[in-house]
Amino acid sequence: MSFNHKHLLSMNDLSESDIMTILENAVMFEEVNRRRIKKVPALRGRTVVNMFFEPSTRTRTSFELAEKRLSCDTINAGGSSSSTVKGESLGDTIMTLDAYNVDCFVVRHKYAGAAKLVTQYTDACVIDAGDGKHQHPTQALLDLYSIWRRKGTLEGLKVGIVGDIAHSRVCGSLIRGLHTVGAHVTLIAPATLLPARPDVMGADATTPFFDDVLPELDVVYMLRVQQERLENSPFPSLREYSLLYGLNKSREHLMKKDAIICHPGPINRGVELDSYMADHPERSVILDQVFGGLCVRMSVLYLLLGGAENGISA
Amino acid sequence: MRDDSRLKSVVMDAQEVDRSLTRIAHQILETNHGADDVVLLGIVTRGDNLARRLADKIRDIEGREVSVGSLDITFYRDDGALAASPMAMPTQIPADLTGKKVVLVDDVLYTGRTIRCALDAVMDYGRPRCIQLAVLVDRGHRELPIRADYVGKNVPSSRDESVKLFLEEVDSETSVKIFDVSPGEHVGSAPVGGDQR
Repeated sequence: MSFNHKHLLSMNDLSESDIMTILENAVMFEEVNRRRIKKVPALRGRTVVNMFFEPSTRTRTSFELAEKRLSCDTINAGGSSSSTVKGESLGDTIMTLDAYNVDCFVVRHKYAGAAKLVTQYTDACVIDAGDGKHQHPTQALLDLYSIWRRKGTLEGLKVGIVGDIAHSRVCGSLIRGLHTVGAHVTLIAPATLLPARPDVMGADATTPFFDDVLPELDVVYMLRVQQERLENSPFPSLREYSLLYGLNKSREHLMKKDAIICHPGPINRGVELDSYMADHPERSVILDQVFGGLCVRMSVLYLLLGGAENGISA
Repeated sequence: MRDDSRLKSVVMDAQEVDRSLTRIAHQILETNHGADDVVLLGIVTRGDNLARRLADKIRDIEGREVSVGSLDITFYRDDGALAASPMAMPTQIPADLTGKKVVLVDDVLYTGRTIRCALDAVMDYGRPRCIQLAVLVDRGHRELPIRADYVGKNVPSSRDESVKLFLEEVDSETSVKIFDVSPGEHVGSAPVGGDQR
């Protein structure tokens, strides 16, 4: 097993064996995260800067905790406190921080390609923690991880992704990741919420009819209705959307007995999921995704920054 | 596995390994006045197999089970050994280690750096009453002030050699062999569990 990447910018860069290396390594961190002392010295002395130029609670806290449990020194920059609001360019901000000999930047930005741009201003590792509607690779990896841990395999699984696919950076990474590991991906959404070229993203099929495909699915991946991005009114009302595309108790009889439910969070209860489904003891893996996210981010940081021959000191 | 052209000598065969483990099992029981509160922790890889063998022997002698677990120290290493094979192996700690007499079990004691990492790791699982060290082979060349409490065999070696344990349950034969290592593939400190990871 080897992992030869300096950055994590896009799921398109990862082979099936890269993905499985990250997932298998993440299993080892589950044990660390369940101990009384939840910390190992694996990345002692490495400095990581979390640059979150866009609001984020779960991704930022997940990264920060992952870094701390690997013994990294962590700085949080970006957001309203950063110099970018004083007119500094992204490049200048990065070069300034890079002068401290930082080992890794974790970048969240509202514009696609921001993380890639950061790599031009530093020799440190860069991890994309979400850029615009483009990529969010660690989210895709934690989704794959949660599905893999629950199902035991990824290859051949039928996965349905339901909701606002066009505006979702989660999908930009997840569909590609599922495709790479050999899962079959169906996108389920009204035409107004579908991307222009789902086939290019790696999807195998698209349909507007949820109930037609639901009985075949092993994994139902519900996306959040991003109410803040619905200015163009892609559907007439939330109530209508919920009736056609919401996963609620009344649809359970259509689901496979062992079908599981994923959601990247935060959930709009009563819109895309009702509480019965969101809290379903057997089907819902939503909280497993949160725990898995921590383990997967520790795995990614460890593989990128760990070891003398790997990562920054190469 | 190394090709046989590099093989210099066989320093222990299956019977000698077994006799050494029998003696170490007796010594552990003698030092600790029995098996009460003793936890055997094998360092992966190979050390975990040895710890299980020692546990079997203690059961044969005392007629009771002794706690046995495995410890992976990948996340505690201070060198670049993980770059070659970053995968960690499972750690299984059988009980809360606080107040226990922990016996770390490893195959070959060399620089002592693996043991230092293991000491750090054990401390993260609790505060044992004491920690002892059992190794099958001590090949010398320590870089840290660490010594073993139980030694199967002292094997004087040169830094240009590698001392490797083979075990029936993993390698289909049990023996300790010395191989030549060409300078190019020399890894500095002893890699975890020999060269196979």
